[in-house]
Amino acid sequence: MSKMNLAHLKKKLLAAAKAHGPSDRVPFAFERRVMARLTPAPSVDLMAWWGRALWRSAGACVAICLLLGVWSALSMNRTSTASLSEDLEHTILASMDETDSTW
Amino acid sequence: MPDCAHTEPTDTELIAAVLKGDTPSFEPLVARYSPRLFATARRYARRESEVEDIVQEIWAKAFQKLNSFRGDAPFEHWLMRMAVHTCYDFLRAHQRNREATFTELGEPERDWLGQFVTDPDHASEHADAARQLVARILEELAPASRLVITLLEIEDRTVKEISQLTGWSVPLVKVRAFRARAEMKKCLAKLAQDKYL
Repeated sequence: MSKMNLAHLKKKLLAAAKAHGPSDRVPFAFERRVMARLTPAPSVDLMAWWGRALWRSAGACVAICLLLGVWSALSMNRTSTASLSEDLEHTILASMDETDSTW
Repeated sequence: MPDCAHTEPTDTELIAAVLKGDTPSFEPLVARYSPRLFATARRYARRESEVEDIVQEIWAKAFQKLNSFRGDAPFEHWLMRMAVHTCYDFLRAHQRNREATFTELGEPERDWLGQFVTDPDHASEHADAARQLVARILEELAPASRLVITLLEIEDRTVKEISQLTGWSVPLVKVRAFRARAEMKKCLAKLAQDKYL
């Protein structure tokens, strides 16, 4: 049995590696996967979201205040000739008047 | 009739656009150079999933470090340096126990070796078995040895080119090449020994 010539074997095997270079095939949609990895997902800015919510609710609050103001002004004109300050005084003192009568 | 041939943007133009914030301009670069990167990665990894991971990693690093590309060498050279570094990192991360013997050779590989023993000149380099044998031997080498043998002996690069690709000094490349050849000789001797046992 002849001795294996290692130098010749190495030369043959390296020639085999050179003769069959690896494929340069690119998998389908590879570029899209790379770009998806590189493009960051949009992050949620909590402070911006909170600010937007506050502005929206401020508008609604102002509208409610205006409506209530109009309603109270209209109801005041119909039911009482007293001014707003007199009505407020009557309301606050009403509870004290009731307290006097129970004692 | 005017010449309406569409000229593709150059690497420099695409890189400038990406650095200004136009990320989609990176895609033509990916399409242009991925074939070369896949061919390179397939020299160091067997499984397609690993090959794709390596190439994705190369592109991710290239994108992150794009602002360090100075333009004094072609983009392809800069990218290939990154590719070699990434492949080397992969080899080091996936180092196996290199005590494996060659007793688990497949029949085509044993037949090819048998033919080489009886008639070395007629053992074909184009045989699939020869290619599988050399891949098996390269897997047995240390990462640095495998890298040097691949670049030096298979891709026929010069020591200077290997130094530029790896970042190793020229003397270090020479020392590693010497050790790699000795290691490969040892693997081949083991292969011959296992064959005859």
